[in-house]
Amino acid sequence: MSGELAIEARELSRSFGDFTAVDRITFSVGVGEVFGFLGANGAGKTTAIRMLTGLLAPSSGDARVAGFDVSRESEQVKQHIGYMSQRFSLYDDLTASENIRLYGGIYGLSRAETRTRTERILARLGLEQASKVQVRSLPLGWKQKLAFSVALLHQPKVVFLDEPTGGVDPVTRRQFWELIYEAARGGTSVLVTTHYMDEAEYCDRLSIMVAGRIGAIGTPGELKVQFGVDSIDQVFVRLARPAEGAAA
Amino acid sequence: MNELLGLLRKECLHILRDRRTLVVLVMLPIVQVILFGFAIRTDVQDIKLVFVEPSPDAVTQAIRNRFAGNSVFEVVGTARDVPEVDRMMAAGSAQVAVIFESGLAGRLAGGLPGRIQIVADAAEPNSGTSRQSYASAVIEGYARETVVRSGIRIVPQVRVRFNPTAESANLFVPGLMAMVLTITAALMTALSLTREKETGTMETLLVSPLRPWQIIIGKVAPYLVIGLIGLLAVVIEARLIFHVPLVGSFMLLVAEGLLFILVSLSLGILISARTASQRVAMMAALVGTMLPTLMLSGFIFPLESMPTVLQWVSLVVPARWFVAIARGIMLKGTGLTYLWPETLILLGMAIVLLTLSARSFRVRLE
Repeated sequence: MSGELAIEARELSRSFGDFTAVDRITFSVGVGEVFGFLGANGAGKTTAIRMLTGLLAPSSGDARVAGFDVSRESEQVKQHIGYMSQRFSLYDDLTASENIRLYGGIYGLSRAETRTRTERILARLGLEQASKVQVRSLPLGWKQKLAFSVALLHQPKVVFLDEPTGGVDPVTRRQFWELIYEAARGGTSVLVTTHYMDEAEYCDRLSIMVAGRIGAIGTPGELKVQFGVDSIDQVFVRLARPAEGAAA
Repeated sequence: MNELLGLLRKECLHILRDRRTLVVLVMLPIVQVILFGFAIRTDVQDIKLVFVEPSPDAVTQAIRNRFAGNSVFEVVGTARDVPEVDRMMAAGSAQVAVIFESGLAGRLAGGLPGRIQIVADAAEPNSGTSRQSYASAVIEGYARETVVRSGIRIVPQVRVRFNPTAESANLFVPGLMAMVLTITAALMTALSLTREKETGTMETLLVSPLRPWQIIIGKVAPYLVIGLIGLLAVVIEARLIFHVPLVGSFMLLVAEGLLFILVSLSLGILISARTASQRVAMMAALVGTMLPTLMLSGFIFPLESMPTVLQWVSLVVPARWFVAIARGIMLKGTGLTYLWPETLILLGMAIVLLTLSARSFRVRLE
């Protein structure tokens, strides 16, 4: 398989009984690319991510993540991916340092390595003063930035972000996206789901899922041209709500 | 190994930082022993006894003397008739009445059966039953003694085996250990696993390179330790306050306790695999593990007096077997030579439940 691709999904499907949650999706994400994974609620985004992260076995089709097959080499896949769920990945009753130390241990970093990275993360986020504070008392935006940094702790090749910026103000979201760009510049590919259309515009490329299939895929510019509209928001409405889009 | 240590460390931090739960876990065994020891007593003392004696004679006098000499009874006097007995019981000044038949000695001498009636206040059924049986034991003792007139004079000594003082504390302590272990092992495990599901951190652990068995061990091992501490607390406290003996092997008791903890932990994991929230897990653990431990283990209610169906149901309650084992070790000093069937049953349950829970945990990855 190709070495330059971080994610490569081919005809990937998953059904639950009669219901097909993900229907033969094919797409790829390059190294260092920020890939937006859009779709209405229930379009199949989360199911797709669960398959790509090895939490769910595909019903058919295959996918390679970080160069490994998700069905047959899930252990290797897990070593090379980071994951941040929409409900965080942090323990509320542990401090920032303790959370980082825990994941350092889980991903097999040495004590010394974990300590260096902890200092770097806390300095980058300006959290040095709050390193002994339990995460529960941090503001939501800081929690999210910390969770993202923890997901990147073991320097994964691909990081999956499932609605990472829900519920925070635009300034904090902007800061979060700066962290995403930093990671991408460092060579980590980012697959991110979001419901904020301004964030969709920040992506290098994006796909919009509709009823388990990929309804559109391309750079934000390409998609706007393709649909003859001037924002991703309008593209999304056209795709996700065809009837309403036509009426508008 | 390193990653497992990290998980264990984190779980201990969870436990230590959740002060309220920690206090409950530590206080639970201590408070329960005191509560059960003082509040729920099934043995009765200082039974207030009244006689109805229409025609005093040698036989009634002999029986009266027996009651007077028995420390369990406190003779409060003689009533004229049964209605007066009823009034005394209603007023609470008498709890048991022994009513002699008129002309008792004469009937016995003439070879006729002599009737003595025992009336007990059974407002509390358990105490009522014990009072009544204490009283009839005294009379039966006299009867047996007088029947064998010729030759050897037999003085029957009623002795309660394995629980010489008939202390209820001796009976409830093994059951209490089962309770404490069920709460820490099954309930706390189920809660701590479902909490990770609720907060979404379980997904992160599953996406990580951790193996399912590492996650399980990292989650449940601390509760195993807490369970063992609870077990020791109950044994020590029962000894200090209620002088409950530990006749048999201490190590055997700990080993059997570990086995029971394993069974309870597996139940906790199974419950957490089937439930999505802590609230549901709590209810499932209460109904699925605590209630059977309380009701169907022989802890408080004797299994022998239950309907047959419930006796069958009790066969699958792990606590039933553990209570039997713990009673054997603590009160009778029984060893593995006699306790192996119960041990084998617990071992079988542990193997089946551990396998099931490991499988249920893996299924979630699919």
